[in-house]
Amino acid sequence: MNSSSVLLGLAGVLYGAAPIMFAVIGETITERAGIINLSMNGTILLSAMGGFAVAVGTGSIVMGFLAGALIGALVALVVAFSSITLKQSQVAVGFVLALLCRDLSYFLGHAYISKAGPRLITIPLPALSGIPILGTLFFKQDVMTYLSFVIIFLVWFWIFRTRPGLMLRGIGERPAAAFVRGANVNRLRYLYTIIGGAVAGLAGPTFSLSVKAGWAGPLSGLDGYGWIALSITIFGGWNPFRAALGVYLFSFLQWLGLVLQPFLPSIPTQVLQVAPFPLMILTLLLVNISDAEWVTRMLAAMPERPRRWMMKLLRTLRASPPASLGVPFESE
Amino acid sequence: MNVELKDIQKTFGMVHANGGISLKIPAGTIQGILGENGAGKSTLMKILSGFIRPDQGEILLDGHTVSIHSPADAIRLGVGMLHQDPLDFPPLRVIENFILGSAGGLLPDQGAVLRDFKKLAGQFGFSLDPEAYVDSLTVGERQQLEILRLIWLGASVMIFDEPTTGISTAQKMKLFAALCLLAEQGKTVLFVSHKLDDVEGLCSRVAVLRQGYLVGEAKQPYSTKKLVEMMFGKTISVGGRKPCRADKVTVNLSKLRVEDYRLKVRDVNLDVHCGEVIGLAGMEGSGQGLFLRAVGGMTHTVGGKILIDGRDLTGRSYQTFKKHGVAFLPAARLEEGLVPGLTLTEHFILAEEAKGFFINWDKGRLLAQERIKEFDVRGIPANTVESLSGGNQQRALLALLRDSLNLLLLEHPTRGLDIESVIYIWNKLKERCQKGTAILFVSSDLEEILQYSDQVLVFFSGKVTPPLDASTLTTEKLGELIGGKGWPESTDEGKLA
Repeated sequence: MNSSSVLLGLAGVLYGAAPIMFAVIGETITERAGIINLSMNGTILLSAMGGFAVAVGTGSIVMGFLAGALIGALVALVVAFSSITLKQSQVAVGFVLALLCRDLSYFLGHAYISKAGPRLITIPLPALSGIPILGTLFFKQDVMTYLSFVIIFLVWFWIFRTRPGLMLRGIGERPAAAFVRGANVNRLRYLYTIIGGAVAGLAGPTFSLSVKAGWAGPLSGLDGYGWIALSITIFGGWNPFRAALGVYLFSFLQWLGLVLQPFLPSIPTQVLQVAPFPLMILTLLLVNISDAEWVTRMLAAMPERPRRWMMKLLRTLRASPPASLGVPFESE
Repeated sequence: MNVELKDIQKTFGMVHANGGISLKIPAGTIQGILGENGAGKSTLMKILSGFIRPDQGEILLDGHTVSIHSPADAIRLGVGMLHQDPLDFPPLRVIENFILGSAGGLLPDQGAVLRDFKKLAGQFGFSLDPEAYVDSLTVGERQQLEILRLIWLGASVMIFDEPTTGISTAQKMKLFAALCLLAEQGKTVLFVSHKLDDVEGLCSRVAVLRQGYLVGEAKQPYSTKKLVEMMFGKTISVGGRKPCRADKVTVNLSKLRVEDYRLKVRDVNLDVHCGEVIGLAGMEGSGQGLFLRAVGGMTHTVGGKILIDGRDLTGRSYQTFKKHGVAFLPAARLEEGLVPGLTLTEHFILAEEAKGFFINWDKGRLLAQERIKEFDVRGIPANTVESLSGGNQQRALLALLRDSLNLLLLEHPTRGLDIESVIYIWNKLKERCQKGTAILFVSSDLEEILQYSDQVLVFFSGKVTPPLDASTLTTEKLGELIGGKGWPESTDEGKLA
């Protein structure tokens, strides 16, 4: 393998990561507000099918993406309504929606299986794409991949730099305190759940109109990405930059699986294809290992110097969720 | 700002939390609101601060009727409240907490806010690092942050709900100084408390609430007896000191060492006699909690020996300790001590360790009824524990203990309880001492330590004093030791007493 094909491969990693990025960033927004939208897997499939169908029907790729976002927002609205207004369990509702939307996508999308549809084209950015290495990596991509870069910065800036973003963190952390400071907690939670859902809804069409173009029902190979997106959200510590790192790591592992196949003929291809999923979950465990009691005990027994170092490392790795994640809010 | 409350009424279900309370508070005063737990103080204050809506009644600020629908309305009108557990955001930084909820454009002007923050903090003599995370602050410091924030938002009526619970003496002095400064600036300060000493020492006037009604008002100088009478509707006296230390040693600690990653408690030697009460004093997190849990087998010891009733139980689990007559009552009553969601009956059945597969409900109910009566728990067997007040939860915990115990370990046995419950609980504990149980307890209340202990151990960042005789110890001396003053150069010598 020569260096230019590695470079192209890595550009492919960024490109392939775009849909997962939308899902993870969307979920990060939602969970920051204290709501878990567990329907992600169904959202991705339904928006992939819906986006593809609309794009085929209208002939407009833009309409396809809008339809995806709309589907994501609607599914999120169901989550918001049942958990905020009806005070139902977010986990139960989200889980059922995840299954329902998946089967709905297979059922409703039957007519579109193997139909020819539009596909996003690569738009190299003038000037920027000429930069050696970086140009190929970042600036010879399609619109949605560019958007997946931009949205990381945008959402990070909103959460950590703006006044409404501070309030967003507040309602997820301690809604009672946010309420005392003038927030309409439940209205804001509705808003962010729907926005988060819409962003996540872009993931589907990014698959079906670009990364894995077309619709093949259960053979589309999209089942499972939603669950991994949920775990990357945790890995990301509800911070867009860290989440992006997780997304790229996952995408990189997937690419590695493909590249290594010819060199490891004794390992069945299925193993390499599936490996990124458990690997990602192992990373997740590693990140939150400092919570375990035996780790604290082990640390206490270590000599001063390595212990300090380990503590520091674990603290950096550690990410604690918004304290009121999944907890309904009622003002007295 | 002059505050007037007119005929405030609020019912929760069948309970009259506020049954028509009228009260006038002039600007520039510190008004005490006194009452035992459940007297309706918090409800009244939450109504004034917009947290809950009254069923009936009017609030007048400077003579104008106002309608307060939310805490945000209240703060716009200049009414701010500091909650018992400060309503802030622990994982955020101090400065972010300060900004959160303030009006302004999309991007907060960090520089300007920081200047305001530092100016205000200087004014009150608070030293808070704006970049520190709130979860690294003490309760006292979090209160300071909230005070600054409310003033910054323009509060001229400030409500403090039980602010002296869970803060150190030094922080209390600082808080009181700040409250006096606020009153001098012409702000109206409402100080809600069930602690007579605090109210008497700070407030220029006081209103006493009992069972949802205003039962009386008083001005300085106060007669403590009268205030107590108003609070409880009867006179209560604290029992005298009744040492019942026997000669028999029930617990023997030698060279005990306990550590966690922050703190090392070294080489504690201690003999605990039957019927003896030993108070463990110190600032929160000085090692006394760790020590207490180690003696109960809940934390691993690093070195030394623990002998309970002559048996070496070093390194054994809490279950083993329990079998040998050791019991532990945690400070987090509802989280660690009781099982929320289960009723009193179910608790008694669980504690009984009866044999057999099926539950004998009738027997359980009878047992619960008996114990509820014996321990004066205000509740019925079918009540779930979380529906009880703090004092009644603590009574229930005591009622759940086995009859004969060698050692009882208590964390903050009376934190957040009203005086009546405090006296009741300690009477019950003393009864156990007379039967030969030794008690080790951690408390941040110096008066409690001096009042009820026979001996006191003071902790300061892991260092431990030899047992000090409580009858000759003064609050001042104890306060100094807790603050790290007056310690001998080396305390590794072991016990002196």
